[in-house]
Amino acid sequence: MIRLEGVHKIFGDGHAALAGVDLSVARGEVFGIIGRSGAGKSTLVRLLNGLERPTSGRVEVDGIDVAALGGADLRTLRRRIGMIFQNFGLLSSRTVAENVALPLKIGGEAASVTSARVGDLLARVGLQDQGAKYPAQLSGGQKQRVGIARALATGPDILLCDEATSALDPETTHSVLALIAELNRELGLTIVLITHEMEVVRQVCDRVAVLHAGRVVESGTVADVFLRPQAAETRAMIAVAGEDAPAIDFDGRVVRLMLRGDAVWQPVLTRIARETGTDFAILDGRIGRLKDDSFGQLTLGLSGGDVAAAVAALGRAGEVSA
Amino acid sequence: MSGLFANIDWAEIGRATLETLAMLGGSLVLTILIGLPLGVVLFLTGPGQVWASRIGNGVVALIVNLLRSVPFIILLIVMIPITVLLVGTSLGVVGAIPPLVVGAAPFFARLVETALREVDRNTVEAVQAMGATTRDLVLRALLPEAVPGIVAGATVTAVALVSFTAMAGVVGAGGLGDLAIRFGYQRFQTDVMLVTVALLLVLVQGIQMLGDALVRRFTRR
Repeated sequence: MIRLEGVHKIFGDGHAALAGVDLSVARGEVFGIIGRSGAGKSTLVRLLNGLERPTSGRVEVDGIDVAALGGADLRTLRRRIGMIFQNFGLLSSRTVAENVALPLKIGGEAASVTSARVGDLLARVGLQDQGAKYPAQLSGGQKQRVGIARALATGPDILLCDEATSALDPETTHSVLALIAELNRELGLTIVLITHEMEVVRQVCDRVAVLHAGRVVESGTVADVFLRPQAAETRAMIAVAGEDAPAIDFDGRVVRLMLRGDAVWQPVLTRIARETGTDFAILDGRIGRLKDDSFGQLTLGLSGGDVAAAVAALGRAGEVSA
Repeated sequence: MSGLFANIDWAEIGRATLETLAMLGGSLVLTILIGLPLGVVLFLTGPGQVWASRIGNGVVALIVNLLRSVPFIILLIVMIPITVLLVGTSLGVVGAIPPLVVGAAPFFARLVETALREVDRNTVEAVQAMGATTRDLVLRALLPEAVPGIVAGATVTAVALVSFTAMAGVVGAGGLGDLAIRFGYQRFQTDVMLVTVALLLVLVQGIQMLGDALVRRFTRR
């Protein structure tokens, strides 16, 4: 659906925002691009709807070379790509309903069609009663919902999210992300989401690319990148469990165990403890969820009984490393 | 009558007030009509904008700065042949309007440009991302969002025009400033000076209050 090949972007002042980016996003997928500020994320996402043009390389959306488009062709493509922003980008001088109606008006839609569609869109994002208000009268989460309704107005098949939850508190972030995931499921929207928060990626993304200094340093499924980060930048961002902890002073064998899926909810440790007579001390760890998956990462101290058999049994339940 | 306002010819004051209002009204309307599009061009040709052009922006900015750097009293005199060409006379209210507009429009254009720059960057991008033409972007997003800033700019410009109209008396344009110079200053009629200054003060105060009220009316933030 979306393909970037050897994309460089050098700004007028000589600053290279992107230094050779290759990536592809499949139809219907939620693709996260994570990086610190200044990594080039904002530039990257703006290439996809032609708000920025690459200095070199190819940007393709549905087989169309975006950089080669201009005028009416670019406007047509942009109407297939919705976009939401960190600061919402709503017109403060217009009501909520007028904001959502704007893309339709610009597209020359009839007034009767527009008003019916605006009603549907506001209901979709749970703001059916707020149409007559001005953006300044809404909370941050409500403003982003208006932004989403507006981005959906032209019936796009791609949604770009530019740090869409960065200005929101954690609870609101969660509900806006839930809405984004719902749109992905129900409308089959392809979503490209840029963020500097791993939590955002963890909650909604299928795949993720880690951007650092204008390059993709790591990419893959969220589970792979999140649970087995390779690049130093990724590890720093996730703050890998146990990695920063002081050296563990434990009298016995110390192993790391990673569990995925249903195994997380099984009584793995107590079962193995009973079978092998080994005692487990939990030295460090976390249990959590990825988009549609569960994971557990534990650092265990083993002592007594048949330690070797216990390690082997752990290896069958999950993945063990020293 | 040898009272406090012995020298005052109220009919003359009334006539001068109307002349000032006519100069102000005529030049303000034309200043907005010319300065608004000029400000939009200054903004759109600026770095990072849709018509970004170093040369285009440089040329417009040079003209604007050139006109802004000429003291108004000099502009009045330099403009005389052009004024005659445009409106057939360099005298009276009509003769004063071209130099007033040439003096004020570049000033107003800069204020419009500043107001447009205040429009949230994400808002501009959002409207572009909808597939808006530049025309849609300007008419449906930039100008409506900048209305409070533009009205505030028009208020400042109107106040500046009031002081310009007073100077226009020098080239025989009439008005309150002319009265103040000819009677109040040159004939030592302090009472005439006081009354004209008071009227100008009332005018400026009125403009400012009206402008502030309009800014409040249009602000939705």
